[in-house]
Amino acid sequence: MSDEKKYWELLNEFEPLDDARFKGKREAVSSPTSRRNFLKVLGLGATSAALVASCKSPVEKAIPYFIKPDEITPGKAVYYASSYFNQNEFCNVIVKVRDNRPIKLEPNPKSVITPYGTSGRVQASVMDVYNVNRYRSPVRNDETIVWDEADNEIITQLKELSGSGRTVVLITPTIISPSTKKLIGEFTQSFNAEWHQYDPIPMDGYREANRRSFGTEELPEYHFENADCIVSVGCDFLGTWLSPVEFTSQYSSRRALFEENPGLNKHYQIEAGMSLTGTNADTRIRADRAEYGKILVHLYNQLGSQNGATQIEATPPPQEVTEKLKNVINDLQANRGRSIVVCGDNNPDYQVIVNSINQMLGNIGETIQFNRTYNHFRGNENWLEALLDQNLGAVIVWDTNPVYSHPMSDQIRAAIERAPLSVAITAQPDETSELCKYKLPAPGYLECWDDAEYKKGVVSVLQPTLHKLFNSRQAQEVLLTWMANPLSWQDYIRENWTSVYFTEQAANASSSDFWIETLRNGELVLNNTAASVSYNESATAGALQTAASEQASEGFTLELTEGIHTGTGHGPLNPWLQECPDPVTRIAWGNYASIAPAAARRLSIKNGDVIQLGNLQIPAFVQPGQADSTISIALGYGRTTGVAEEIRTGVNAYPLSRVESNYRRLTVPNLNIEPTGQTELLALIQGHQSMEGRAIVRDATYEEWKENPAAGNEMHEEIQKHHTTLYPKTIYPGHKWGMAIDLNTCTGCSACVLACNTENNIPVVGKIEASRHHEMQWIRIDRYYKGDENNPEVLRQPVMCQHCDQAPCENVCPVAATNQSSEGLNQMVYNRCIGTRYCNNNCPYKVRRFNWLDYTGADAIPNNRFDPANVTVDLSRMRHNPDVTVRAKGVIEKCSFCIQRIQEKKLDAKLEGRPMEDGELQTACQQACPANAIVFGDLNDPESRVSKLMKNPRNYHLLEELHTLPAVGYLTKIKNKS
Amino acid sequence: MMHVSPVREPLINGEKSYNDITNDVMAPVRAKPGKLWYIGITVSTIVMIFGFAMIGYTVWFGIGKWGVNRTIGWGWSITNFVWWVGIGHAGTFISAILLLFRQKWRTSINRAAEAMTIFAVMCAGIFPLIHMGRLPLGFFILPYPNSRELWVNFNSPLLWDVFAITTYLLVSLLFWYMGLIPDLGTIRDRMKTLWKKKAYNFLSFGWKGSARHWHRHESMSLILAGLAAPLVLSVHTIVSFDFATSVIPGWHTTIFPPYFVSGAVFSGFAMVLTLMIVTRKALHLEEYITVGHVESMNKVIIATGSIVGIAYITELFMAWYSGVEYERYAFLNRALGPYAWAYWIMMTCNVISPQLLWFKKLRRNLTFTFILSIFINIGMWFERFVIVVTSLHRDYLPSSWTMYKPTWVEVAIYLGTFGLFFTLFFLFIRVFPVIALSEVKSVARSSAKKFIGKPIKNKTPEK
Repeated sequence: MSDEKKYWELLNEFEPLDDARFKGKREAVSSPTSRRNFLKVLGLGATSAALVASCKSPVEKAIPYFIKPDEITPGKAVYYASSYFNQNEFCNVIVKVRDNRPIKLEPNPKSVITPYGTSGRVQASVMDVYNVNRYRSPVRNDETIVWDEADNEIITQLKELSGSGRTVVLITPTIISPSTKKLIGEFTQSFNAEWHQYDPIPMDGYREANRRSFGTEELPEYHFENADCIVSVGCDFLGTWLSPVEFTSQYSSRRALFEENPGLNKHYQIEAGMSLTGTNADTRIRADRAEYGKILVHLYNQLGSQNGATQIEATPPPQEVTEKLKNVINDLQANRGRSIVVCGDNNPDYQVIVNSINQMLGNIGETIQFNRTYNHFRGNENWLEALLDQNLGAVIVWDTNPVYSHPMSDQIRAAIERAPLSVAITAQPDETSELCKYKLPAPGYLECWDDAEYKKGVVSVLQPTLHKLFNSRQAQEVLLTWMANPLSWQDYIRENWTSVYFTEQAANASSSDFWIETLRNGELVLNNTAASVSYNESATAGALQTAASEQASEGFTLELTEGIHTGTGHGPLNPWLQECPDPVTRIAWGNYASIAPAAARRLSIKNGDVIQLGNLQIPAFVQPGQADSTISIALGYGRTTGVAEEIRTGVNAYPLSRVESNYRRLTVPNLNIEPTGQTELLALIQGHQSMEGRAIVRDATYEEWKENPAAGNEMHEEIQKHHTTLYPKTIYPGHKWGMAIDLNTCTGCSACVLACNTENNIPVVGKIEASRHHEMQWIRIDRYYKGDENNPEVLRQPVMCQHCDQAPCENVCPVAATNQSSEGLNQMVYNRCIGTRYCNNNCPYKVRRFNWLDYTGADAIPNNRFDPANVTVDLSRMRHNPDVTVRAKGVIEKCSFCIQRIQEKKLDAKLEGRPMEDGELQTACQQACPANAIVFGDLNDPESRVSKLMKNPRNYHLLEELHTLPAVGYLTKIKNKS
Repeated sequence: MMHVSPVREPLINGEKSYNDITNDVMAPVRAKPGKLWYIGITVSTIVMIFGFAMIGYTVWFGIGKWGVNRTIGWGWSITNFVWWVGIGHAGTFISAILLLFRQKWRTSINRAAEAMTIFAVMCAGIFPLIHMGRLPLGFFILPYPNSRELWVNFNSPLLWDVFAITTYLLVSLLFWYMGLIPDLGTIRDRMKTLWKKKAYNFLSFGWKGSARHWHRHESMSLILAGLAAPLVLSVHTIVSFDFATSVIPGWHTTIFPPYFVSGAVFSGFAMVLTLMIVTRKALHLEEYITVGHVESMNKVIIATGSIVGIAYITELFMAWYSGVEYERYAFLNRALGPYAWAYWIMMTCNVISPQLLWFKKLRRNLTFTFILSIFINIGMWFERFVIVVTSLHRDYLPSSWTMYKPTWVEVAIYLGTFGLFFTLFFLFIRVFPVIALSEVKSVARSSAKKFIGKPIKNKTPEK
């Protein structure tokens, strides 16, 4: 081998073997296979083999891009326009995608419906995509099968059943997608099927009322931004009713009180349970749930007497309510055409009265318009008949869960079990899909193509931002396959758009340009001819009669409300939503029966005592402001299927709802409370309700503000004068970041909390840890009650790290793990933190969060992970924002003012060689806020919005008397009290 | 040597000669341990091991296994830390400050008290370590040179603590050992077994008792006493800075340094009494640790207890006088809030009960003193609990107010430190003389009953 000669001879080996010239030499070369050389080779081989075998290195597949795809730069996010729709929430969103994974949803500023802000549910929906409980491949009974097998069997059976005259029923939630509607139309034709839409919390009563009053079933658009007086009878339009994100934006635009925008609206809320909307009202009038009918009749009568309508005999509501209603009536009368009256009850008679009042006040066509009407809430009760029919052949349940959410759950269950063919097409297992013979996995909305026409004439697209995670197929694709339509769903939508919408626009000449343009914008706004409706008073008399003759409830009335985070039942699947405390009660993880303090005292019930209501056992919660004879329970809890056992919380209250004259009613009269003697843990995040007279949320009335814009905030100037120090003033040469929060526009919806969760990889701790005050959210919305416990005034304040210039946390850290940046940020160095928690103790705002246990799996010690919600598995980890460190056990964390966003935007500006623009940089909480209550920017720039807000006379700093010099300012709360 | 009045109560009773003193004090070292000792050390070792197991459990799973939360970051851990540090103060106070004041009665108790100091500081030192979220990275707190140019924050009182406690432990240990050396030599001389002789010879650094040795020993003792004396004041002052330099109402007070120091001496003397009353009985040292000693210590307790009482009242006055609503609320909340029971336990045990010692009969009653010393130990623990927990649980923003309840893990760790303390104490009384032999002998001539009032024959003329 080491033979020198061989090297030179090797060259010759490339010559043809049969060359005679080299024959002799070749033989000479091949001869050195001596025993000595053989032993050498053997030795080398054996040693190398032994070495290689002993030093086993793990196989790592690092495959770089051979040719880099144009749109992907590692470390750089790409954004796609899409839409979120679920029940009553719709948002045009931009999906932030990092390394092919959607990680964050941001509002689409080009949208005409939701240009800024999203709801909390939209923010949390990223987690749903990476849910470990999702179906992963088609299942027949309990056996995994392939799609072809499922398709063939289902098609054969569908044909057989429809051929033999049995009915085929397709149940879906309300479909707002025009292309899907077209496809379903084709499907129902080819299989002779019936299509029904089902809403867990329906609004068919509203549609019926509009048919009676206006001859149209459309749900009108409401313009809260144009209403000077809003009167809501039990309608939670800021939290859960119809289109809350949109309404929050509209409402808050009238609460942003500045000298250039001085017109504060006036909001009356008449309600039984404490709702998010009620807590924001200028005047909240407490009335029992059973009084709503009488109150509406009373309003009608009183307003009618001034507007020439016929009076009706009716017993008026209780004295204390009628007293307060006088102001309501005067204000409504004074703001004719500039007011809105809404009621949150699905009773068509109530809605007819509301329509009549609005008509009387001239609001129809002004603040309430039938132009861009809402397309959602198309569900009604008609599907039950078809489903419960003995002739039912096949039932296809498409992402809907009536077994869980309908009072006639047992009959529905029996019908599905009885049906010869039952198919569920859904992403996550639920109570209904588990009953079906075939379970076909569908992808999440971020993996789908779709379109949506939420409001008439505003059509949005959904595009996939992630390769399908499992062996799933979109429901539309399934229908296409069954109909043997060779088109892909994407092409189907495109064709539909080309034929329907391409002709409606002129901006793009070719249909492909049009399609790309639409995908880029996410939304297409069509010209809309204003629909005129004709009002018909004739229905009103009957409605008034029915409402006036309502029986008074004996005992308690139960009202079932939609949980603001859990929605109609999707929420419990999402641990982020469960962990976000309710903005009113501040309870996370579970529902409860809210009862009035007086009633609780009378029945000697304390928080957490389990009470019996009908068939339901539920812990009680004493809620200030609750009407005495009304119990409120949030729906959406008590899911048992598709939710990991550890995070199954609350009880399902849907079985208590009822169907009355074909309309679902979410109230139950004549109930008694029976204590059971048991208690249950409530994860109450905020235990103390009063501000103890401290100037924490500073407030004033509108009248006081008009006199003095610094009303309620007089001490600010005084304290500023005392800010003297012996130390030299810190200079921030470049930027100095600051944030202003308008307490008057903030409604407390908690979208910011969930946006922060998503952006900053905040761990989930579960119910028990949350109840031990180990919650991890970086931003919280404090809620204080003021005044009478029976009907307190509510004040809210979002609190995150205040980024103090003189931060008490900084000087106490022994290892300097938290310190001040040159841009005024209070920084937290996770790597350096040893977890003494001294900073946390010394923080007057208590905004620091400690990793009590290994919530994230980032700890170095093995086998100590604490993850009840199962969100640290590999699949769920895909949601993580790669720009934010996942914190290990034992370190402190807190709001960073989204430093990763600051750095990103700074670098962008630097690369483009320009100074940063004001408003270019948005923190996650600011971006998600539908009320526009949070403004972030550079305090060194005197022209920035935040600098101007800091100079507003309403501005103050939390606990400013401590001379911590926070970078966060709050604008006083101004209520329009009468 | 000073003249001692014959009326003065003798410090050593029972007509003891120098030889008797050596024999009596050395008896426990020479004799085989009794049944009680075995039971004692077994129980305390088991408790100690269980405590350490719970420390391991905490380090493994996280501080979340304790009852502390987002509002109350420190619970029992820091309460126990401050309490143990306070306990430790008596030893140094007795050996250093009382030495400077020439209190001869200290000689009978200083050895045990110093040992107690060291053990208490060891127990105390555990808590700041284990309350860290990331104990394995705890070395970050030391200012060691490193390539990343990371440095500690000298503004932080926690860092001052690190230096204060380690210095204190080191100086106390040296001082204690320095005093032990001549006694170890004495023990060596009396030991019969060869290996024990050798061991004690090694421990006494080959002490010969020569004039040169004595000279060096005494001057070193004096230097260390000089060093230790300010430490008595500085350690708890710095511990009090952990609270006093913060912004939390109830913590942010300038009265803390003297208040903490006197509280520490107060609790330390109580703990010395608790242990001494039992030890003198168990080891038959009644003639060396006399009722007179107990009375003297009780006098220190009245003095320091009264200072503490005045400090409590001053705090209340200042809270009202400051006009700051947060301060006012913090103190109202202490007295009337959900933790009022802790406050009133503290008040009863620390302010009211020591005042009973104004009665001479009670001062000289051992049973009463023993019970009282337990009361003070409890009261002083609650003082720290009140300061740490009640101040934190309701601070500035009511939205964050919470309650705190320890978990069994925290309780077990606290008990574990008792296990450690007593294990060490049991070992100590078997191995070392619990009374400083040489020092007691040095005062025997003037203050032992045998010699008191008798003319001193070999009196050296004063120069």
